[in-house]
Amino acid sequence: MPDVLDRPGSRVRGDRLKSVPIVPERAVRRTLLDQVARLENELSQVFCATWPRTDMPQPVVHGRGGGPRLLSLAELEELRDELAARVSDARRALSDRTWVEDRNRRLIEEMLLEPERHKWRRVSAEDIGERGCKHWHVRPRWSFIGMLMGWWRVVISSGCPLAT
Amino acid sequence: MTEVDLELMNGWVEPELADEFPELCLVHARVDVRAGRSPREVKQRLRMLADRYTGGKVVHMRQDPVPWAYRVFSRQVGIDPDHDRTPVEAVALRRLKHGGLHSESLLDDALTIAIAETGVPLIGLDADRVDGDLGLRLARSGEQLAGVRPLSARQLVVADGERPVALVLGEVGHDAGVTPDTERMVLCALGVKGVPRISLEEALWCAAETLYT
Repeated sequence: MPDVLDRPGSRVRGDRLKSVPIVPERAVRRTLLDQVARLENELSQVFCATWPRTDMPQPVVHGRGGGPRLLSLAELEELRDELAARVSDARRALSDRTWVEDRNRRLIEEMLLEPERHKWRRVSAEDIGERGCKHWHVRPRWSFIGMLMGWWRVVISSGCPLAT
Repeated sequence: MTEVDLELMNGWVEPELADEFPELCLVHARVDVRAGRSPREVKQRLRMLADRYTGGKVVHMRQDPVPWAYRVFSRQVGIDPDHDRTPVEAVALRRLKHGGLHSESLLDDALTIAIAETGVPLIGLDADRVDGDLGLRLARSGEQLAGVRPLSARQLVVADGERPVALVLGEVGHDAGVTPDTERMVLCALGVKGVPRISLEEALWCAAETLYT
């Protein structure tokens, strides 16, 4: 190791290293704690944005174990990285889901405009990210007569069935 | 209703802990109330409180400033707040799961009401079973809660002059907790970054007022 540091070229590198200010651990810890706070806020925002989509996987960042305690620097870094990854995953999942919901909304508009092109197609409130049991269903008017005559229409359900 | 006279005291915070969380604090107050069952007024108040909760409100609770501050603190001390719920979220979930907030004891009901109203976590201790001033510190190697539950090193605890009496955001040691024989209590409110002092005071007043009902 000393012979490597004594090389002429490495003298400059060594000087540069000396000039790098040493950040006190306290400042690093405070930065990490602030980052954890910011990421927790983002995770909460994404979680709330998924409501009322109850079937979406909930982003999970497990506790460090051992109850409430002062975490080591390495544990704080690990926690920060895990939170960042979960926020990113949750955002991507929500984005994919809202893209599908947008397409389903457009499909409902098309069903209403041209029901004969979407025979028997059914879209539920859940498919467009809304609560309830409402659904849009393309069905023939007057059953078989409508099917034979090509009289199709969108039937919008009236809501959830009553509890028995 | 008895007129409530409450003397609020600031607990000490160990320097290492204060250095890590400068705004961490413990405010406590002594109340001369015996443990017992809740009167009808308190049960009625619990019922009214339960009616305020809806699924959507509970989901969005985590974005309200005070519950959010405790979620962040939980995360920073290594707890997953989606698994080990903060007290205010635990009350809300209990309401959703059981369809109401059922009365347990006067102290538990008073704490539930104060936590639900303010979002601030509170604990109650038996005043005659704690020695000296209360404060926050890190558990020392080999220490135990109530002599039975081993504490991990650097765990955050509420302690009196001699021993840990409760875990921060966690359970109360049975050797310091309120029992049916308790004649005086100490109420403790935990303050973290983002929670104004007035919220802590309000929580303590709210709990004390219910206890004196």
